[in-house]
Amino acid sequence: MFNPISLAFKKAASENRPALLTYTVAGDSSKKQSLEILKSISKKVDILEIGFPHNTPVADGSQIQTSSYRAIKNGIKINDIFKIIKDFKKFDKNKPVILMGYYNMIFQYGENKFLRKCKISGVNGLIVVDLPWPENKKFASKCKKRSIFFIQLLSPTTTKNRLKKIIKDSHEMIYFISMLSTTGGKLKVSSKEILYNYDKIKKINSKKNIVIGFGITEKTIKSLKKADGLVVGSAICKEITNSIKKRQNPVTNVYNVVNRLRNKIK
Amino acid sequence: MKLKKGIPVIDQGDKLGFWGGKFGGNFVPETLKKPIEDLEILFNKLRKDKNFINERDRYFKNWVGSPTRFIKLENLTKHVGGAQIWSKVVSDANGGAHKIYNATVHCLLAKRSGKKVICGDTGAGYAGKMLSMAAKKFGLKCKIFMGAKDIQRQQPNVRAMKKNGAEVIPVYSGSQTLVDAVSECMRYWVANCDKVAMCVGSTVGPAIFVRICGWSTSQISRELKTQLIDEFGSIPKKLKLYNCVGGGSSSFGFWNEFMDYDKKQCEFIGVEAGGPANSKKHAAPLTYGSKIGILHGAAQYVNQNTDGQIEETESISAGLDYPGISPLHCFLKDTKRARYTAASDEEALNAYKVVTKFEKLRPSLEPSHAFSVAIAESKRLSKDTIVVVNSCGDAYKDRGIIERRLGKKYV
Repeated sequence: MFNPISLAFKKAASENRPALLTYTVAGDSSKKQSLEILKSISKKVDILEIGFPHNTPVADGSQIQTSSYRAIKNGIKINDIFKIIKDFKKFDKNKPVILMGYYNMIFQYGENKFLRKCKISGVNGLIVVDLPWPENKKFASKCKKRSIFFIQLLSPTTTKNRLKKIIKDSHEMIYFISMLSTTGGKLKVSSKEILYNYDKIKKINSKKNIVIGFGITEKTIKSLKKADGLVVGSAICKEITNSIKKRQNPVTNVYNVVNRLRNKIK
Repeated sequence: MKLKKGIPVIDQGDKLGFWGGKFGGNFVPETLKKPIEDLEILFNKLRKDKNFINERDRYFKNWVGSPTRFIKLENLTKHVGGAQIWSKVVSDANGGAHKIYNATVHCLLAKRSGKKVICGDTGAGYAGKMLSMAAKKFGLKCKIFMGAKDIQRQQPNVRAMKKNGAEVIPVYSGSQTLVDAVSECMRYWVANCDKVAMCVGSTVGPAIFVRICGWSTSQISRELKTQLIDEFGSIPKKLKLYNCVGGGSSSFGFWNEFMDYDKKQCEFIGVEAGGPANSKKHAAPLTYGSKIGILHGAAQYVNQNTDGQIEETESISAGLDYPGISPLHCFLKDTKRARYTAASDEEALNAYKVVTKFEKLRPSLEPSHAFSVAIAESKRLSKDTIVVVNSCGDAYKDRGIIERRLGKKYV
């Protein structure tokens, strides 16, 4: 079945630019405000990644942790997250949405019930940070049956043999982690090296849409332009934190950041 | 679900690292897959390597100080008036607790892998202190992640770590205790796994860390088995092994060599931290029937809410203050090989009072939990029952808490 994620990549490619993906935490800083942020950045972004916050995140740096704790403290529950997505989709039904989080929350909710809810709310893809290949095989095929992309992650530590196997089992989109880091780390390798690794993956199967994430900011985004897609997360979460500190409106500030990011890869 | 005989429990997991088909596993970010696989290969190779085993045993004997004492607590036995109460004084080990075994093995592995830095988590500060000692011994740089709340309440161990040249990194996220220290340590490893080795401080975390830790602490039961035979001529007909359970490293090591005995002959009793008597919070997921969930890379019984958020724990003992529990113990519980119960903060303090009143032994607050249950149950047991409590830590680190709660004369 047709998945709007594929269309988003096609559209960006036809405009000769990478797709822009943003990551925000559902419920940060409140349920209402996180929906407003999604609505406001929607027209500048090709794919929206929405995090379901967990309180023992083993792969997230301090920015996303701060956002996650804030959202949890403000009472966000899984059902609220589905509601936010549903409400967003009423506003912009064709914009692809990817949910991203940790497996325990899916496990507690029940895999099948979780996927049914995803389908009803309009989720198009899933990233589960701590459910690597091959442990994710069963769950990934459940996603596929419901036309939800399960997005495999690749890292600079992934061996070549493993790369091939994961890519073979992957759906149309793959997430490449730029460097050894938690989210939001300072880019500690050159963009040349990142793109070298990216090309290695691309060579294995050029049809897959590969996005690069981790360490991407207004400063670094331009140098990675040739990728199929680029994900910015921590820089946005940081903007929300700073806006709250300065008593400014996070919605406008986040919009401005996203707008600048988009202009850099035009 | 069945426990097999003749195969070490650490090797009873399936291909993906699950015990009993559902506990453990490797729920880790992709970045850690390779370093974990490397560590698996290294460990599987070295544990069959006679030179490595000899090296380990040499350090255990000459540096850790094996065997630790196995003593009868004559006065306490008389006072209680039931079973014979004995103690395996594991706190005799260099550094004052069982954590030295796992720390030594991890440093030996790190050395073999060519890594120059080792990082680790700590709750009570023992895992961190021992890792800092071992790192110093083997010439490795050492980084210890510790919850800010634990840093405050376990100062003597923090000082020891710093004295050994380790960098102690305070963790301010979440509840600022062990659970957050483990998360932060894993995050640090995610970002530095090409240069840094990681030591998980207990039988928790991704499957390989559960196995290495269980393999290391099993030294305790290897010694105890010999000591029991020396003392009684054979393994006693009625033997009960009491141990506190936080992550589960000391208890697993205390029981491992007795796994294949019938539980009627050799019973295992794990004592979790029940927390303050007047609080709903606890660190006893097995006793209070917590649901299975994922924490720090492994499926286990864990305190959590219906959404899958990990819940805060509360215990007077920093070493037991952990919302989850080793997959090995989940497996031993569900196969009914071990029995689990909990003692409250107050019960542990009271047991500390009783033990120190009658014996020249100062169990830390962690084993005081085990003593509490052992003393209570011993009253009703026959005189030919041999009760052994693992006194796996020394109370020196708890002096501040003990002084506050019980008064100066107990310090």
